[in-house]
Amino acid sequence: MTETPAGLLIVLAVLLPFVGMMLALMAGGRNTPRVAAITIVCVVVTVAAIGLQVAHAPLVYQLGGWAPPLGVALRADGPAAGMMAVVTVVVAAIALYARRDFAVPEGLVEARAPLAFWLLLLAVWGSLNLIFVSGDLFTLYVGLELLTFAGVPLVCLDGRAETLRAALRYLLFALMGSLLYLLGTVLIFGVYGTLDIELLSRVIQPSLVTRTVLALMTAGLLAKTALFPLHIWLPPAHAGAPAAASAILSGLVIKGSWFLIVRLWFDVMPGVVTFGTAQLLGAMGAAAIVVGSIVALRQQRLKLLVAYSTVAQIGYLFLMFPLAFDASAGAMSGGNVLTAGLLQAASHATAKASMFMAAGLFYKALGHDRIAELGGAARALPITTLTFAMAGLALMGVVPSGAYLAKKLLLAAAADQGQWWWTVVLQGGAAFTAGYTVLVLRRLLASPMAPEREIARVSRLSECTALALALASLLLGFVAAVPGIGLPSGLISNPLAPSELLTICLVTGGGCLLAWGFAQRPSSVRPAKAAFVGVLVEDFDGLLRQWPAASLSLFAFAAAMGWLLQSGTAA
Amino acid sequence: MTAWLDSAALILLIGLAAWVVLGRNTFAAVAGFIAYGMLLGLVWVELQGIDVAMTEAAIGGGLTGALMIGAARRLKSAAPVAPATAGTLVIAIGVGAAMAAILAACVLALPNPAPSLASLVAGNIAATGVQNPITAVLLAFRSMDTLLEAVVLLLALIAVWSLAPDAEWPGRIGVPQTANPNGILAYIARVLPPIGLVIGFYIFWAGADQPGGKFQAATILAAMWLLIISAGLGKTPPVSSRWLRAGLIAGPIGFILVGAYGVASTGAFLGLPAAYAKPLIVTIEIALLPTLTLILALLIPPPLRKRAEA
Repeated sequence: MTETPAGLLIVLAVLLPFVGMMLALMAGGRNTPRVAAITIVCVVVTVAAIGLQVAHAPLVYQLGGWAPPLGVALRADGPAAGMMAVVTVVVAAIALYARRDFAVPEGLVEARAPLAFWLLLLAVWGSLNLIFVSGDLFTLYVGLELLTFAGVPLVCLDGRAETLRAALRYLLFALMGSLLYLLGTVLIFGVYGTLDIELLSRVIQPSLVTRTVLALMTAGLLAKTALFPLHIWLPPAHAGAPAAASAILSGLVIKGSWFLIVRLWFDVMPGVVTFGTAQLLGAMGAAAIVVGSIVALRQQRLKLLVAYSTVAQIGYLFLMFPLAFDASAGAMSGGNVLTAGLLQAASHATAKASMFMAAGLFYKALGHDRIAELGGAARALPITTLTFAMAGLALMGVVPSGAYLAKKLLLAAAADQGQWWWTVVLQGGAAFTAGYTVLVLRRLLASPMAPEREIARVSRLSECTALALALASLLLGFVAAVPGIGLPSGLISNPLAPSELLTICLVTGGGCLLAWGFAQRPSSVRPAKAAFVGVLVEDFDGLLRQWPAASLSLFAFAAAMGWLLQSGTAA
Repeated sequence: MTAWLDSAALILLIGLAAWVVLGRNTFAAVAGFIAYGMLLGLVWVELQGIDVAMTEAAIGGGLTGALMIGAARRLKSAAPVAPATAGTLVIAIGVGAAMAAILAACVLALPNPAPSLASLVAGNIAATGVQNPITAVLLAFRSMDTLLEAVVLLLALIAVWSLAPDAEWPGRIGVPQTANPNGILAYIARVLPPIGLVIGFYIFWAGADQPGGKFQAATILAAMWLLIISAGLGKTPPVSSRWLRAGLIAGPIGFILVGAYGVASTGAFLGLPAAYAKPLIVTIEIALLPTLTLILALLIPPPLRKRAEA
């Protein structure tokens, strides 16, 4: 609770991006990207300094010198510092990638889309840092609002009518989520008279009100995170957004509300959670993996394939919740499982951002992103093809990626607690990921269908940035060697052991089978037996993404969660 | 007597809410919504939350109402929305009723008397130099939230700007408005703003010690400016205007500078040294006033030119 001397660093990490955003607005024109670049350098230094400090002890800062509950405290613990570091890497990479795309065109003083992009990128960053370090539920609400208002316009930077429709859809659904969160905040204040996370964690007890609060807040945040079946806004948002904007939305923005769920479940009310609710969250994650992956395999456009693979990967982020529930204590407990979840978020942020970048480069070079006509792209863009392959491998969880480490920790926890069904989900999810990676790679490496088309030049800097980000994700597993993380040693001691190789072969083989079964084919070829399942899943997904179904799912989830919270304690 | 009035207000509120949700006619629904906002303001007065009442009337009823009227006017040419089917209606009412029942149960389960920080605020308000406890919370104890809310508003404006047609960037967005120079609108736009300015600045200044403050004042000032613009007596500035951009960032930047001064003088960001607490709070409010006025006025965009390709 006591303040730490270096705490001012946290304030800097939150406010510097916003100051940079405002100065970039003032500078205008060609100076906007320059101010953004300077800001990025400053924040990178700040976040690095925070990382060095947090390695010793968490940082705390009381704003205005007022101690909670009267004032607001900011706290940077291990998870917060880790997430800040990941976001910093991804933001810097996106800025490098987008340098050419969002430069002011020749002959113009200033253009709308570049100005908006740079301001919004900085705003997303500041909002995320606020969400990671805020120690107060209302300040977190402000952070959520900032994140929503920074994220939504990214969807319609292009300015076309259908992107506007997608942005509105996102805005309305996200606002519904905000309101549910705010409702929970009000009720909590009504019971405990404080919104400070640390003070609350000491006094909070399971009761009708706290259970309702947890159900409402989780539902609201899931709507913003786009966990299946609340992913109404995600696919259309990505369909028309620029590649860099998609990388921000999918790699960064959804991590904000996800992290807030983690804070609520692990730090604010770990004792309110029951076995059933943790299983429910995990089950929705599993459903997301199955449906998201199958629909991803059936997409005809690369961008949408990557978007649906995001739906599946979001599911992955929720598999840690059932495994982190400590049945003997009747509460959520952090430890290795939480570390695994955060690692998964980190590897997804890096790998998915780089996958969207690669998809954007293919689109730019070929002028389209129809998967069936990608043939020959590997010859034109070898670096980007390599990027896509490496990002896919990283998401599959191949040694030594962060996802591998996370999977290993979660598998160990599942075996430990005898929850074998999550083992199946974890391995199956990897097979699905392998499926769509192989599917796309096969097209990329195929010989061109039509005679050589005009290939547009793409920025070499963008290509290398995307590759570096994929490489970062693929090597993330080496954080296990960092002593501060506190992971058991020897997790990635023998990457080429026969058992590891066998797992990879099985997962990849399974993925090939899935891709063969579900992918769309030219009409001349007889469809596979499994194709009708794919069509069914696709229709089901389309139905769930209608407004009435999505709204009902939202409230049905809240109701189911409330019921499980209530009944879990009675039993 | 008051019990009768309260019950009448509540019944009217529920009736208006139903009118807004169930009304087929967009304009009628918007009118109902504005009346709802005003009535809710009165209810807050009755609950002795004067600051909330003023904000509700200004933002909830006034500004949001103006935005909705604009939207309704533009929707007139759009295809009418198909009425909800009976099934949808039944499900919606069911979900709404269940939600209301659960919330009612929660509210009834809240401890009575409610835990409150009021005594803590009262005990520390002397250090802030202001007398209105709401101002003390917003600009001293939880000033970070207020600072970030100002950034939220700025982001909202950037979001609105990001929808502007490319061809009009970086000039004036939308068609300049015109009105009959001898008409009633032009007449009101000449007579009302001086009065509005006085009231706006009074509410701003009074906010330190009594209900009121920069937010409510900014709404009034923005309304006066919008009146002048819609009567064709003034134009919205081009988005590239240096003055406009300086005004837009003045509030948050000024706020952060005062906060940084707190690091130097009290050792805490956003800290207020006891001797200068009130002047610093007033400085923050003065810096925020132009920012909030500009943003609130510019959030209501003028009609756009018809796009060629549309």
